[in-house]
Parts: sequence; structure tokens; C-alpha cells
Amino acid sequence: MPATNHKLTTEEMARFVADGYLRFDALIPEAINQPIIEELRALESNKINQIFGQPADAGGPPRPASLTPLSQCYPAPSLLGAMLNLPEVQGIIESLVGPDPLFDHDFVHRLPAGSTYHQHLHVDAVVDSGDPTFDIQLFYFPHAVAPGAGGTRFVPATHLRRTRAEGVSRYQHLLGEQQYSGVDGTLMVFHHGLWHAGQPNPSDVDRWMYKIRLNPSVSQVKRWNMDDFERIHNDASDHTFALMRHDSVAQILRTMQPWQKGHESRYEQMQRARLWRYLSNDPGFDVDYYHTRIEQRGRIAGEQR
Amino acid sequence: MPVRQQILYLWLAEGALDTETVGWAFHDGTSGAGPQLPEAEPPYPTGLAALQQGWFLIQSPAPYALHAGAEYEVSYLANEFVFERRIDIQG
Repeated sequence: MPATNHKLTTEEMARFVADGYLRFDALIPEAINQPIIEELRALESNKINQIFGQPADAGGPPRPASLTPLSQCYPAPSLLGAMLNLPEVQGIIESLVGPDPLFDHDFVHRLPAGSTYHQHLHVDAVVDSGDPTFDIQLFYFPHAVAPGAGGTRFVPATHLRRTRAEGVSRYQHLLGEQQYSGVDGTLMVFHHGLWHAGQPNPSDVDRWMYKIRLNPSVSQVKRWNMDDFERIHNDASDHTFALMRHDSVAQILRTMQPWQKGHESRYEQMQRARLWRYLSNDPGFDVDYYHTRIEQRGRIAGEQR
Repeated sequence: MPVRQQILYLWLAEGALDTETVGWAFHDGTSGAGPQLPEAEPPYPTGLAALQQGWFLIQSPAPYALHAGAEYEVSYLANEFVFERRIDIQG
């Protein structure tokens, strides 16, 4: 697989579990970033035409159907296909959702210069299932986006909160929220649950962003580069209130965002630990002993029945 | 003079009114005629600070029952405090 040398490290995976996103600046080469706009323009037109029952005759590559394996989407000479097949991109995808995930949907988000379009914070789709599996959403910005010029707003580490899609619109601002800005060819990858919102584009430059959602079709366990796994994957004794490591997965997972203060952060840690248990296939993994303490007593209670 | 309501939501770090603001939202029934608040930073560092600046608390979060099996779930921000102030505006 071309992705072998471009998979995420354990440390990067742990940061994804903690923050719900990873960012790769200037990952996509200019040879794709510059000419891809015409393909995105055609896709956008075809999508809009389809919504209104009109012929999708704007040219460009055929649009994939949901459930299509990613390897069959956007065949050559599509530039989108070339972007998605870059070894660097395949490495990220495979690390998070395994090989050849399923196409869910995609969308071209073009914000015209001067657009006042403004979204409330939301989660895509519907309230999530209770299991730890997850989809990813790639956000590809082919051109530079200046600060405040329509970049997507998002709140790091909100991805494990189970909410209705529209239920988070009440939060106008949270400490630590970010609005994307960056250079040409930047790729962000979101856990599907991350709270985000489109923002106005007061600049004089159209803002282009391509988003694609991918569903895993196989287990997501240990799909990344495992070279550093044994070194930083901790056992359940890594505990702030007893003995703790500063070089472990637990230390990454106990790092909170500015909006996560007080005792509430302990429940965040438990949810992150639960997701890491799934990804690492280690049901005894823990961060600061919260699961372990309860499970130990639960076993005793079970023995006494 | 007509009176219009301004509403301020503060989400605090914990259930106590004097804990730190982590989120905020402002809805202005005066359509800009009344005093405004900064948007890019918390308008008040705590809920208590909002009281001290003349806001009236109209809702505070009550402790809620824990549901078996979901005690450790995270969902909406629990510590939601709602304030109002009434503004006389020119009719």
C-alpha cells in the first residue's frame, strides 16, 4: 500500500482522540490546488442542478453514490481523485477509518467574496450512536484563507459529546474555539462529531472548501503506524492523583481545551479513554483511573452475588 | 418609554455561579439601541461578575437525575445560567 509510510503516529492518533481533529498545512501540492477549482466548480453546479431536478451537465467527473468504496470514486483524470489518492492523504484516511472506506457524501463549500452567510454551531447528521466507532470528514482548502475570510469555525474536543445536530446552536462562543485560516493545500480531518459552523466571508476573494465524509468498512483498531505504540501506550496505573507519566497517551488525553474546566473534564477523560480502548484494543486502558476504580468494584460486586 | 429585554447566556465551568465563564451568547431585544457586549471574549469572567454589573439571573441549572448506564456520558453544557436586563429605549 502506498500509505504505509504516511500513516499517523500513535501520538497523532491520541491527539485526534483528544481534540477531534488534525490539521496538515500545505499537504496538497500546488499542481492540484490551482487547477482543481474548475473541477470543484463543475461539481458544485452538478450538485445544485441535481437538487433542483435539473440535468447535471456542467462537466467534471461523475459524482459517486453513497456506499461506493473510496477507491472507485473520482477515477482519473479527476483531480479530486488524485488528491484523495495521494499517499499522504491515504495514510491519514487509513490510519483513522481503515483501508478503502465507503463514500458517504461530499460537498463543495464555496463562499463568494462578501458573503454574509452565517451558520450556527452544529453537528452533522443526527444524534450519534453510543458505540465508539466514528466517521471522518476531510476539509480540503485548495487556496489560502486569510484570518476571518470565511474559514470554517469549530470547537476542538467537542466530538465526543452526544447531542442533537441543532442542539448546540445555542452556544454562540466557547473558549478555545477556532476559525480556520491557512495556506494553500491545507487538509483538516475531523471526527464526525466535532461542532462546527460556516462563517461569513467579508474578504474580496471567494473561499473554496471541499468536504468529504467517509465511513469505515472494517474495524478501526490499530490501523496507524505502530512504531511508537509500545513506548507511549500506558497501563491503567497512569494516574494524576498517584503516579503519572508525562510521556504517555494518557498525558495527551488529559490535556483539555479552554472550555473544558473543572470536574467536567473528568468525564471528558473517561470518554476519550473509552475511544482509545476501542482503537488500541486494550479494554484495560485508562486515564487517571476513573474507569478502573469503578470496574474493579463492579467485579467484586459480581463475585458476591 | 418602551422597555426591551437583553438576554445573556453564560455557560460556567461548574454549577456554582461564581465559577469561570467558558461559553456565552447574547440576544439583544433593543436591536442595538441598548448597551452592547464584547463578542470575542467572555463578557464577564463569572456569573457573579454579571450580577455585579446589573444583570438579573432568571434561570440557573438544577441538578438533574442520573440515568443508569449514562452517568459518564458527556452531552450539552450543563451549567447554563440565563440573565436579563431591561433597557428603556427611545420610542
